[in-house]
Amino acid sequence: MMAALIFAVSVVTLLMFFVSYCRSLTAASSSYALSKEVRDVTGIHAFASGRDFARVMQLLQLCPERPQDRLGLRAVAYYFEILNLLQKTLARLTPSIQSWAEQERAGCANFAVVALDRRIAFSREILAQQGEL
Amino acid sequence: MPGPLALAIWYVGIVLEIAFVVCSIARKSFFRYLFLNTYFLLGLGSDAARYYFLSRFGQSSGEYCYAYFYTDALLTLALYIALISLYARVFGELRFNRHVRFGAALLLLGTALFSYAVVAQSEKRLTTDFAYELSQNLYFVGLVLTYILWGAVLKLRETRTRLVQFILALGLYFSAYAACYALTNLSSRYSVVQYMSGAIGCLLPLTWTFTMLRHTEESRLEPARLLAVAR
Repeated sequence: MMAALIFAVSVVTLLMFFVSYCRSLTAASSSYALSKEVRDVTGIHAFASGRDFARVMQLLQLCPERPQDRLGLRAVAYYFEILNLLQKTLARLTPSIQSWAEQERAGCANFAVVALDRRIAFSREILAQQGEL
Repeated sequence: MPGPLALAIWYVGIVLEIAFVVCSIARKSFFRYLFLNTYFLLGLGSDAARYYFLSRFGQSSGEYCYAYFYTDALLTLALYIALISLYARVFGELRFNRHVRFGAALLLLGTALFSYAVVAQSEKRLTTDFAYELSQNLYFVGLVLTYILWGAVLKLRETRTRLVQFILALGLYFSAYAACYALTNLSSRYSVVQYMSGAIGCLLPLTWTFTMLRHTEESRLEPARLLAVAR
């Protein structure tokens, strides 16, 4: 009984820290100014919406990976799935959760766009280095 | 010897611990986060000691058991000190450092006395029981302290990205460990549970290395965006 209670409490705190951790990841990329290339490629000019996430993730797979991005992208992708689940279940009953979840999904998409921008810049650097050789 | 999967998880953990120390040296932040680095350096020392006793005496030997629980208690103590160093950084500007240190020492003494009181009744293996009890209680105290620190970060509108992510990663680690301990008590017959604590052990060096790699000391974030509240 006690172990079940500790398990339940720690899962709740785990979820809370996970959400906050993902929010700190997406918040860090909120003030990033997108380059012209990434705006042209994605068609996103100011701020991404939740619907853009899957498309941007596909574009990300076309670029060479940056080791610095891997963990953050994976964590944000899980967070996005949790938000999707929330939208399909609890958010249908509460409009405030619906709008909050949509805002969060947009934050996730923006994080992915910033990662794409960095990967494009990284690819350019690699190409430039190869050109020098 | 443990199975190949358990050994693989152990090696990944060692690589990640080295990665954090190397990254903080490369980013010239070794002394800035001295206690976090000390924790991982002690972790590497513990890994070496455990490996020595494991290969020499075997997994079921008393020597390995002693080495495991003592190094575990030492590591938990080092993590507790690392957590207090994060407290000192958050409250540093408010000049609360002396109070933080005093409170931390008092809490540590209280936890040690409580752990001793719990194991004092059993005459057998008093020292290993004490190490295990102290380690377990410090984990719980660590989880509560991290939760309080996170509340303080939100209240003080902390903007330093590295500091915020270090604290959140620590919170993730402590809660995952607590969940794992509880799950082990609930269903230890499932083999997957045995590998979970090792895998969770990799979580802290992984997230901290990621933070060290991705953000500089000057990186800042908007504190308002950290509040997970549906408005």
